[in-house]
Amino acid sequence: MAETFNTMQEKDMGSVVSRQKVIAVLAKVLVYAFLILMAVIVLFPFYWMINSSLKPLEEYRLPIPTFWPHKLLLSNYVNAFNTAKLGRLFLNTLYVGVVSTLLSLVITILSAFAFARLEFKGKNVLFAGLLATMMIPGELFTITNYMTVTRLNWLNTYTVLIVPFLVSVFYIYLLRQNFLQIPDELYLAAKVDGTSDFKYLCKVMIPLSLPTLISITILKMMGAWNSYIWPRLVANKDPLNNGGHRLITNGLRNAFTQTTGEVNYPEQMAAVALVSAPLFLVFVFLRKYIMKGVSRSGIKG
Amino acid sequence: MGGKNTMVESRRPWMAWVYLAPAILLLLVFTVWPIINTFRMAFLVGYRGLEAVQGKTFPFGFGNFTKVIQFQDFLNCLRNTTLLCVITVPLSTFLALLISVCLNSIKTLQKGLQTIFFLPYVTNSIAIGMVFAAMFNIVGSAHGTSNQIIITAGIVNNIITFFGGEPVNWINSGSTYLANMTVMVIYIVWNALPFKILILLGGLQSVNKQYYDAARVDGTSRRRIFTRITVPLLSPMIAYVVITGFIGGFKEYTSIVGVFGEKMGPANDQGRLNTMVGFIYDALENNHQGRASAAALILFGIILVVTLINLQVSKRRVHY
Repeated sequence: MAETFNTMQEKDMGSVVSRQKVIAVLAKVLVYAFLILMAVIVLFPFYWMINSSLKPLEEYRLPIPTFWPHKLLLSNYVNAFNTAKLGRLFLNTLYVGVVSTLLSLVITILSAFAFARLEFKGKNVLFAGLLATMMIPGELFTITNYMTVTRLNWLNTYTVLIVPFLVSVFYIYLLRQNFLQIPDELYLAAKVDGTSDFKYLCKVMIPLSLPTLISITILKMMGAWNSYIWPRLVANKDPLNNGGHRLITNGLRNAFTQTTGEVNYPEQMAAVALVSAPLFLVFVFLRKYIMKGVSRSGIKG
Repeated sequence: MGGKNTMVESRRPWMAWVYLAPAILLLLVFTVWPIINTFRMAFLVGYRGLEAVQGKTFPFGFGNFTKVIQFQDFLNCLRNTTLLCVITVPLSTFLALLISVCLNSIKTLQKGLQTIFFLPYVTNSIAIGMVFAAMFNIVGSAHGTSNQIIITAGIVNNIITFFGGEPVNWINSGSTYLANMTVMVIYIVWNALPFKILILLGGLQSVNKQYYDAARVDGTSRRRIFTRITVPLLSPMIAYVVITGFIGGFKEYTSIVGVFGEKMGPANDQGRLNTMVGFIYDALENNHQGRASAAALILFGIILVVTLINLQVSKRRVHY
């Protein structure tokens, strides 16, 4: 009797377990279906950009779209490069990006070192004041900065694209945190050996903070690549063919002002793909640093 | 960070200021002075930079603020910005939470999918806005009756008709406000997901597995685990993405330029989708610095109030 009761219970247990298993498998399937659907939605614009950029205009305008070009066409890329004068825009943006990143790194390292390692009156008040400026939206600064650079006669120069944004309080904060994690003993030992502050900074602190410095570099370069509002305000008007200072995003928007109607989309998409390509390359090779920098900043570019 | 931070008394305390000099100098010119000057200009009624240079003086008062608030254009910008914020922030946060929880529960493909979901972050919002415009556009001319240009609907409309729906005029001339806003909401959510997923997934991966094991032993249902364990433990990260989402949302501008161009609207109704930031730049380009400053301070005020409300709410709801 007891034996049969036991087996009955086991049987019941068995069916409960197998039902739970079925539910678990179903849940897994649903989870994967949802994730893959979302991934397709996320990727679709990139796919459509590349697909469209390789088609002749006639094929793009077919009533039933083709999901891979029947006739592969690379001339859209050549045309886009020439129409938007992308070569000049690339060089302008690269120059502004590299120079502003280098100068910005120097300024950030020096200030972060002062805040992390040196002792001076009013340090904490000054640091708190700097952090407070991070809350203010950039638009509030832009109005006066536009007047300042106009008065300085900086409009349509590289200077105007580089200098006003060299100091980032956030980068100083980020690097200071990193500097603070370097053990004091190293600094004291260096002091005993008679090493100067500056030499200690260059020989010990900078090498130890390399990952943060790389994150800052990437974010700053991406910032130059994606900046739109300020360059439009201060360096958008001069003609591009003889030494203009226009940046890539503005050039892209200016070259294709029409977004709706009878637009030569294949060419436009080719231009968009060319502008996006460097960002993808950076993403592929330096994803780790970008994700690390971004998760601590919440700032785009 | 180290509690016992031994500072060595430098023999030359002024050296710190040498290290700080470049940063302080630039901050004084491009950050501190603008803050002071923006307040000054905002309270000088009708202030215009060009006239000020010629020696004109302006009375002190709230004139700029009352004028800005009475502007139909400004109210329109405020409505667009607020609507986009109120719709996209909860929507993208919820979707990101769902995706992160799903991603966290799987092993195969997790790394690959994570990379795909982060991809939109590394894009140029103008460039990808143009791709969205291409996807929602109606190809060909609707007016070309004489030479019979074939009208083909863009890929989004193609998909809609494939599933038996009616094509929609999303962004072309004559499109409705609702259709325009739908496109912008889709694009902004698409754009906002990667950052939120990155933060939320990071939070989930640092959650102590013991809580889940305990719940499983007790036979707690999946839904209960989600609402009673996952969400409370994640609440600091959720609060963070919501706050940064609102701050970014009130500064929405370039994504609209990407889709609609600098005209900020469909061809027959330009400026329809203009935002707060767009209003400030329009005023600035027309040399109305007083008006621009007042609008910038209003924007700052809104962001401050919304952030404080968010912090207040999260103080009550967030479990650290």
